[in-house]
Amino acid sequence: MTGPLSPGAPFPAAPLEPAADRVAELRARLADRAAERGLLDVAYRSLDTELGALLLASTPAGLVSVTFDGAAPDATLERLATSLSPRILEAPARLDAAARAIDDLIGGRSRAFDGALDLSLARGFGRDVIERLREIPYGETRSYAQVAAAAGSPRAVRAVGTACRRNPLPIAIPCHRVVRSDGALGQYVGGIEAKQRLLRVEGAGAAH
Amino acid sequence: MSRAPFERIVERHGARVWRVCRALLDETDADDAWSETFLTALEAYPTLAHDERIEGWLVTIAHRKAIDVLRRRSRLVVGEVPERVAPSRARDLDLARALAQLPQRQREAVVLHHLGGLPFAEVAAQLESSTDAVRRASSDGVRRLRVLMGEER
Repeated sequence: MTGPLSPGAPFPAAPLEPAADRVAELRARLADRAAERGLLDVAYRSLDTELGALLLASTPAGLVSVTFDGAAPDATLERLATSLSPRILEAPARLDAAARAIDDLIGGRSRAFDGALDLSLARGFGRDVIERLREIPYGETRSYAQVAAAAGSPRAVRAVGTACRRNPLPIAIPCHRVVRSDGALGQYVGGIEAKQRLLRVEGAGAAH
Repeated sequence: MSRAPFERIVERHGARVWRVCRALLDETDADDAWSETFLTALEAYPTLAHDERIEGWLVTIAHRKAIDVLRRRSRLVVGEVPERVAPSRARDLDLARALAQLPQRQREAVVLHHLGGLPFAEVAAQLESSTDAVRRASSDGVRRLRVLMGEER
């Protein structure tokens, strides 16, 4: 005997497959309904930019994470699941406004992130540093030592470097505006080229 | 203690859950049952016991949601699949139509075991029956399906 229902044969090989576009539609609708019922703790999307593919994540409180791994986000999503909540869904539409705001910053079309930020991934001294970073004006830079002083711990220069590297919201919170006292750029989560590029765009917006 | 992002669960098991829903309901209702299944799972997910088999858990939720829909409509979908449903593939429609003609108990046993992948012991627990009884219902159901689908061709 042959056919999908032969004894011993697996039950119809690929029975009742949903069409691909239907699954996409169902998933989009799931994210919307989950948000309506307060079950979507973290929404995420990728965003292609001049700095590469970013991963943006938000909570109901605001944008919570920007990382430079939009092309391979698994590790970041695992980390968000552990540190925030495993109730995570891909929900591009919910992040449209944040994506536009980030893209405008990168392209020099805006000077500050326009939208709510959720700083819950920054804790302790790191949080203090992040708050100080938000005060550095567009188009200007500060040294790690200056930021340390502003955060009330002038000797914690290295800790400021660490806090910048761990900034959960780069671009939105301008850790790229912190450079070394000797004028060298220092490090950047998104790579040194990204830092150069962001500063160049801001310089063009401010001075020239 | 960590748990995979829920998106991965939807990705991995979305198609299986849809098959179970679709095998018990028409397409529109299947979509709703699919959403309700994952919403219920999403709510419970953070507190789910770690050794739980996720796909089995999802299949049992999907079955419950499908039965809820059927009860709400206070009719069991027996006989014709509504005409408004556009079949994605002819063979799928054959199977859906044939499944809809099975006695409810056989249909549930076939769906949970063959489409949902639940072992008969778990099917029995879900249907509040014995392992032998659901095994028999499933094999009767498959035999009947074979006849129905043969006739339709």
